[in-house]
Amino acid sequence: MANTTGDLEPTHYPARRAATVALHYLNTRHGSPHMVFGLQQVHKASAEDVAAGGRNYSLDFSVTASPGGSPGPALRCSADVLFPRTEQHTPPDVQLRCEALQEINSTAEDEAFYQKYIAPDSAVSAQDLPDSYGNMSEEMQPFWRLGRVAASFIMLRESSENTELNMVQVANVTQQESSEKQLMLDYVVLLHDLPSQEITQWKLLASWSPDRGVRVLHTEWQPRCPHATKPPN
Amino acid sequence: MKENYRRVHSQNMRVYLAVFALLAAVHCKELFNGGQVLRIHAESEDHIQILKELQRDVDSGLDFWTHAVSTERPVDIRVPHARLYALKNFLKENNIPFTVMINNVQELLEREREEMLGNAEMERKTKSLNFAAYHDLETIYNFMDTLVADHSNLISKVNIGSTYENRPMYVLKFSTGGEKKPAIWIDAGIHAREWISHATAVWLADRIATDFKENRAPVPSILSQMDIYLMIVANPDGYVFTHRSLSEFYRFWRKSRSATSNPKCHGVDLNRNWDAEFSGPGASDDPCAEDYRGPSAQSEIEVKNIANFIMDHGNFKSFMSLHAYMQLLMYPYGYVGTDAPDRTELHDVATQANKALNSWHGTVYKVGSIFHTIEQASGASVDWAYLRGIKYAFAFELRDTGEYGFLLPADQIVSTARETWYALRYIMQYVCDHPY
Repeated sequence: MANTTGDLEPTHYPARRAATVALHYLNTRHGSPHMVFGLQQVHKASAEDVAAGGRNYSLDFSVTASPGGSPGPALRCSADVLFPRTEQHTPPDVQLRCEALQEINSTAEDEAFYQKYIAPDSAVSAQDLPDSYGNMSEEMQPFWRLGRVAASFIMLRESSENTELNMVQVANVTQQESSEKQLMLDYVVLLHDLPSQEITQWKLLASWSPDRGVRVLHTEWQPRCPHATKPPN
Repeated sequence: MKENYRRVHSQNMRVYLAVFALLAAVHCKELFNGGQVLRIHAESEDHIQILKELQRDVDSGLDFWTHAVSTERPVDIRVPHARLYALKNFLKENNIPFTVMINNVQELLEREREEMLGNAEMERKTKSLNFAAYHDLETIYNFMDTLVADHSNLISKVNIGSTYENRPMYVLKFSTGGEKKPAIWIDAGIHAREWISHATAVWLADRIATDFKENRAPVPSILSQMDIYLMIVANPDGYVFTHRSLSEFYRFWRKSRSATSNPKCHGVDLNRNWDAEFSGPGASDDPCAEDYRGPSAQSEIEVKNIANFIMDHGNFKSFMSLHAYMQLLMYPYGYVGTDAPDRTELHDVATQANKALNSWHGTVYKVGSIFHTIEQASGASVDWAYLRGIKYAFAFELRDTGEYGFLLPADQIVSTARETWYALRYIMQYVCDHPY
């Protein structure tokens, strides 16, 4: 594994992996049914070992906001991503600043979505978002995006310098009874790790409302049928 | 002789285009019955002025297909039946020569319309493949046969051996003849779940064939000097497995389908099984791992078949492999971080190819060696090719960068394929211009 300190090549994977972690953090904080961020590119990056035993990455990068799914403008961000070096895995620590974050919003669509599904008799359930062919109904897209945001909590937590995680599918989403004015959603999501090429499956329970954003209340690693690789970390 | 043909051809083209525009505008059939298109040959400035005045008269009912500009160029006017007599008289009185180009516009329209319907019908029968969709192995294999049949002067299908589960492995050979011309290799689908790579390769096959048939540069000149070998499905067993069910266990299959030392786990990562620093870091020795390298280099029949074919041929000058996802254009090495001897040139070529790619849709790819851009990987095909002396070795990771990942929506196939083609075309032209 390449162990570089000092200035990093922005197109190489060490910088990109750190930026991906910052992206997951951004999505946990600002993602919504109609807003998920993607990494556009890394402009500058550097890394240095820290006294406590870990490595800190300083990043200058751009993300694209995808309000309602159509590609939106790029936002400039800077972040410090600290990967601790501990016996047992410890999640990375992220400090993040993005310009003009307040200006992009999907409030109207999010609110409409909320009103529709907070209704007492709402019981949405779907599988394979998207399906094998990349298809997904328009109605299910906000649930898929919420899945990506919720998965970001897991991806953030599980990340290290040796991982690069993306959610590749919502295997299942089932709406639970709303609680404290939060939409409650049971998800099974599939994550893909680029370096190992492994696909891992996670069950999670997420809540969302326009006010409180996404919270993840419970996560559980699941073996994929038929054979099980060992649980991570 | 050629000159005349071109003039007539472009004349016909213009008529066709004008007729097409007419077709688009037609609502009522009767409007065009008995109408004619006259070609006016103005011989003096006076004639030009007269025609310009006629054109300015919006109530004339005349439809000027070309404008009166100079005596060098004829002026074409569609004249409704009711105005024919008056206009012809007018032209005669002013000594302006003309010819009747289209005797009966309505008839022509009907003929054109029939021809277009006929074409569509023919397309439906022969070229029935929808490029904007993902297809299973059988459909792709049928497509290959149809393509070969439609372009038998250019394309042949080569069976380079069977897979673990005994399926044929086919390569499409694009060749204008000659004995073992220097050749370019392109493969897709070595990792089964990367469906966009197979779909792109299908489109590419058709595009190369069409560009050759329609004499579109630079394909004919490249093919006059080199052969192109295109393997649309390098891992047929894996690809079939990904179609077995919608269940994610099948759809996200990456490897081959061979039995391993672990009865619970099947398959080898075909892009870790090549004889290029095999068993080094950047691959796993666990049969259950996604990047399991296999028990030995070339243990997998699929890899052996391709490697043997390329070595037996002995005259490949470029080796390119299509994967997904991450939007990267990479060159050797994968197994180590030190620069390959040709790194500077390869980086330049990749950078230019990347610019061409980006010019289609603005898609942003990154360029670099496999080791540095994606991760250390041993036993990779691109390294193998390079170490065997095939200098222009590249690997593509196609769209996207993680939003849909392996499940790229089908409506992105054609756009992805086209931008990839722009890059490949640049590289192939470069390889052609730099023989070694």
